[in-house]
Amino acid sequence: MYKNNENQYGLVAIVVHWLSAAVIIGLFAVGLWMVDLNYYSDWYQTAPHYHKSVGILLLALTLFRIVWKLVNPSPKALGENKTEVIAAKFGHHALYLLMLTVLISGYLITTADGRGIDVFNWFTVPSMGELFAQQEDIAGDIHEYAAYGIIALATIHMLAALKHHFLDKDSTLTRMIKTK
Amino acid sequence: MNKLMTSLIAVAALGASHIANAAEYVLDIKGAHAFINFKANHLGYSWLTGRFNKFDGKFSYDANNIEATKIEVNIDPASIDSNHAARDKHLRNDDFLYVDKYPTSKFVSTKVVDKGNGKIEVIGDFTLRGVTRSIVIDAEKIGEGKDPWGGYRAGFAGTTTIDVGDYDFKAAWAGKIQLELLIEGIRQ
Repeated sequence: MYKNNENQYGLVAIVVHWLSAAVIIGLFAVGLWMVDLNYYSDWYQTAPHYHKSVGILLLALTLFRIVWKLVNPSPKALGENKTEVIAAKFGHHALYLLMLTVLISGYLITTADGRGIDVFNWFTVPSMGELFAQQEDIAGDIHEYAAYGIIALATIHMLAALKHHFLDKDSTLTRMIKTK
Repeated sequence: MNKLMTSLIAVAALGASHIANAAEYVLDIKGAHAFINFKANHLGYSWLTGRFNKFDGKFSYDANNIEATKIEVNIDPASIDSNHAARDKHLRNDDFLYVDKYPTSKFVSTKVVDKGNGKIEVIGDFTLRGVTRSIVIDAEKIGEGKDPWGGYRAGFAGTTTIDVGDYDFKAAWAGKIQLELLIEGIRQ
């Protein structure tokens, strides 16, 4: 029930998938909104604080997710078209890569001056110091573009899932919603 | 020997004219004996300070003819450092310095007034964020003389206040910034 097998996703993979999806969309929306906040807005300090706190927790969840994926079998692709199967695999790997890129670059923006990240005033993730020159600017650009990349790919991901469900009428989408 | 003779003749020839008494100095950037600091008010409650880490400049100066002094300083606005990476990133974007579009800033003196007692007024064109305005720097000479390593140095301190509104800043923060220029030049 918790683990994957060759045909089905386990509960852990399903919960982590949908939790990540919700958190990523939330972080993207908050991120877009907070960068244009007025200095004197009530949210100027709190929105980035929550954005960073949730981001660090998502990084932990994503690292767990990757380990979980590696130690579990992956359910076989249901599509019959070879190109589509390869494209799907490529898309999934690109999503993982982009998620790590956004999470790590986000960490690098905030920690560029040696200050750590306070996660909900619960614990502090220490800084590794300035690792390269103009770190906050370069990491900031990467963070922004990779975030747009995730949203673009996730949109294709969603359309592909709907295509499997409504056109191919296979269980690609439903097996990510319920366990058997 | 030949070179030395030529130099001596050149120096003698130049000495004949009055303007040539002014010596040329280059700001000691390598040794970091020059600083451009800024100070801004936060919320009306406190001061925030920072500096520009990258700049260079030169001046000509003659203690006997102070009003002939000329100074030019080029500043890399992207090198702003307020000891907070996220704030510096914000200061570099279009709300403040917009360094992608305006990567250089500079001050070029146009007139120097000798106020006596080592006090001088340096009037010049200050370019920041693509806008050039005339400003007045209240300066004073700190000292000049031989350094322990065979060179000759002269140092000045100056302050001025600019209103960021004059330089098209777009930030919600508005107001005046004090700029402080602490320089030491090595005679060439």
